[in-house]
Amino acid sequence: MSDTVKLTIEGREVEVPAGTSVLEAAKLAGVLIPHYCYHPALPVAGVCRMCLVEIEKAPKLAASCATPVAPGMVVHVGSAQALAARQSVLEFLLINHPLDCPICDQAGECELQDYVFQEGRSGTRYGSYAKRFNPVEDFGPDVLYVGNRCILCTRCVRFMEDVADQAVLNVSERGDRAYIGIVEAEKLDHAWAGNVVDLCPVGALISKDFLHKARAWDLDKTASVCPGCTQGCNIMLDTRDNQVLRVRPRPNPDVNRYFICDTGRLGYAWLNRADRLEVPMLREGDRLVPADWEKALKRVGELAGAASGPRHPWVGLASPGLSCEALDRAAALLKANGGVGAFRVKEETEEPLAGVSDLALRKERAPNVHGALEAGFTRDWEATIAQARVASLVLVLDEWRDGASDGVGSAPMIYIGTTLPEGARRHAAVVLPCTNMSEEDGSFRNLRGRVQRYFQARTAPGMARPAAWILEAIGDVAGVSAGAR
Amino acid sequence: MGYPHQSHPKETVVLSQYFGDAEARSYDGWVKRGGYRALETALGMGREPIVDIVKASGLRGRGGAGFPTGLKWSFMPKEVQKPHYLCCNADESEPGTFKDREIMRWTPHALLEGCAIACHAIGAEIGYIYIRGEFTDPYAIMEKALAEAYARGTLGANAMGKGRRLDLHLHRGAGAYICGEETALMNSLEGKRGNPRIKPPFPAAAGLFGCPTTINNVETLAAVPHILNRGAEWYKGLCLSNPKSTGTKLFSVCGHVRKPGNYEITLGFPLKEMLYDLCGGPPPGRKFKAVIPGGSSVPILTAAEAEGALLDYEGCVAAGTMLGSAGCIVMDDSTDMVYQVMRLAAFYAHESCAQCTQCREGTAWTTKILKRILAGEGEMKDLDLLLDLADQMTGKTICVLSDSCAAPVVSGIKKFRGEFEAYIKGGRRAATA
Repeated sequence: MSDTVKLTIEGREVEVPAGTSVLEAAKLAGVLIPHYCYHPALPVAGVCRMCLVEIEKAPKLAASCATPVAPGMVVHVGSAQALAARQSVLEFLLINHPLDCPICDQAGECELQDYVFQEGRSGTRYGSYAKRFNPVEDFGPDVLYVGNRCILCTRCVRFMEDVADQAVLNVSERGDRAYIGIVEAEKLDHAWAGNVVDLCPVGALISKDFLHKARAWDLDKTASVCPGCTQGCNIMLDTRDNQVLRVRPRPNPDVNRYFICDTGRLGYAWLNRADRLEVPMLREGDRLVPADWEKALKRVGELAGAASGPRHPWVGLASPGLSCEALDRAAALLKANGGVGAFRVKEETEEPLAGVSDLALRKERAPNVHGALEAGFTRDWEATIAQARVASLVLVLDEWRDGASDGVGSAPMIYIGTTLPEGARRHAAVVLPCTNMSEEDGSFRNLRGRVQRYFQARTAPGMARPAAWILEAIGDVAGVSAGAR
Repeated sequence: MGYPHQSHPKETVVLSQYFGDAEARSYDGWVKRGGYRALETALGMGREPIVDIVKASGLRGRGGAGFPTGLKWSFMPKEVQKPHYLCCNADESEPGTFKDREIMRWTPHALLEGCAIACHAIGAEIGYIYIRGEFTDPYAIMEKALAEAYARGTLGANAMGKGRRLDLHLHRGAGAYICGEETALMNSLEGKRGNPRIKPPFPAAAGLFGCPTTINNVETLAAVPHILNRGAEWYKGLCLSNPKSTGTKLFSVCGHVRKPGNYEITLGFPLKEMLYDLCGGPPPGRKFKAVIPGGSSVPILTAAEAEGALLDYEGCVAAGTMLGSAGCIVMDDSTDMVYQVMRLAAFYAHESCAQCTQCREGTAWTTKILKRILAGEGEMKDLDLLLDLADQMTGKTICVLSDSCAAPVVSGIKKFRGEFEAYIKGGRRAATA
């Protein structure tokens, strides 16, 4: 094929599309060329000079991020000359760096640490000169700028200018006095501004939310999907001691590239809620009394038996935050009993990220609206509530907001939820504790119909079980055959 | 800024013929001296014949790099698909250089004419003259000349009535050395921070506003009308040494000579003759110690090396330096070389655009070490460190600012090591510190 180019990098032959940079070609060859300013989602700046490599027959070292591949090119990453140049860049970067790793949030996931450890000098030749000092600056709602640690790679500047399309950051001053400046009277308050924290290869831009919360190496990382809206951004849930401490984007070129919005990044507190339902509860008169799963499911079986079959319609009120697995099982139960299900979703302003097509914090702020629609739930909330009042059985599935569990009148109700709202406390015949999305494996269907898996990051409180498991068990006790499901 | 000196018989006066002649500044005065004839000729010609004449003349860029001008013009696309632009680099910020200033002060129409011809030759309708911010006097003169040229219809939608649009704009810089680098100049013109761009793409492919652009120095463009008037053969004949270096060149001589100023000589002229005959030699009782022949960015020559050098592109390289912008800084035996090297390094540390790591940190670190040596706190190993830093600052960055900082440091230490060692050993205190 004529639109690919063959070249040799570190002795490995690789064939890549024409126009690929040497740095990207090296990745394909399994060679990581150290770099700071280069980022695949940003325009090439070529300023850190860390990715210098030796190319045979070239007069001088080349910045591999800014050099396109050519047929027959022979690239040496680890040659003495290239190594010396990179070592020198590291030395230059460190002379004004405070080396405050012990109190820096970036420590452990810092590219300056990594590359210095990998190929830097063991000592300094800088001597006793004072280092450059810049005060810490408050850039915006969640971002602090620690200028002393900055290596001026300009990733943040380019992100705000070219991706967020809100050019509030710049390089101010010249020479070694330079620092990242923010336009006067502006704040770094773009809906996607928090990405500069992830883009920063060092600890210069840090999250106030995560400030001094944990050391990077103490965090457990679990692949997940953001529950914030219908976009379905891929995320990493960083947990320690069973608490979610940080949410970071997980690259997915088809959904969110390298980014997540600040709403998704910072809206994780509910996953750690302490006021959770921990045991199944059964109604005894006007009280709910704790029970084990066996007793609870037996009671569910009795309720279902009294209200089974298509002539006894059930009604389901579901949260669009439940997994596809739970919603599918719930829909099967409803179908077997001639019933209907509905959901409602909170709507807010859509916040697009200008530089990436089809990426936005969506208006509908729940992850599985499209999973619910696919399962057969409707948006017909008011009509469904009216039907619920005369239903033979009502399933309320983690829909704890106003009007769900207390709007259904005296119909027998099974409440499956993470917390216990007042309406359920008063009316529910059975209360079953379920897990939230950080405590279970499952999947969400995003607005483009893409079904994406998420994995369990924390252990569930008490006896809580995944909603999908609970609904499966209800199907068993209600005698809904697997075929109907 | 006073009047220039009377020209010396050994000078070849072409560009500087009317320096000091206030009447030449006006449109009529300029036309009386043969001005705008070349533009009229050019407008009657196609693009390629003009480029061929300039190619044949051997004219090379006078800003510092010495790239053949006709060849540069020939890189512009033949078909004009996007707007083409001309940029005239009048940022003249190289320390020791003040030739473009004099061209603009005394013969503003020579520059306008050169720009107009160049625009025509590269298929551009618009040209920008980027003038150094500190050049208040030249700017006012250029502004007046431009207004006159428009008033006479020499520039504008129908230049000289020949049906060709030629618009020139003046733009003032804001005081950054780096904006004299061609791609930084374009960024600055576009309203961006004046940071050099990665090349390729070269300006002829994607320059100003992403369109094909040619950028030339003031002196280069001012020479073009003369070449068109008098022919390529005449210009090519102006050559005293290497045939690759043709024409005349303005040398800005400053420092320890009796008669500093701008001197126009034919390329290939011996540096020694320029220093002694044209500039009158060192001040009384002094001897030359060192010469920087091409502006602060080129390696320093010792007096002995300088006296053997020929002033053309090849001659300077043979002497171990470069012709550069021909800003000739002369230092006599009263000069403290360590201080001078520090002063140069401090300039680059101040002016680094801060993009590339080596330059941002290296220029400042180099200056710190030199200051420490001057303060008597240096160590012998500092000299090796300086040379090692200079090595890492050379050929590794987007533009050559960091190379320019390294060049005088390396040549200074290599050629005047004794002075550095004297400071380190404590035998010397800085007179200026």
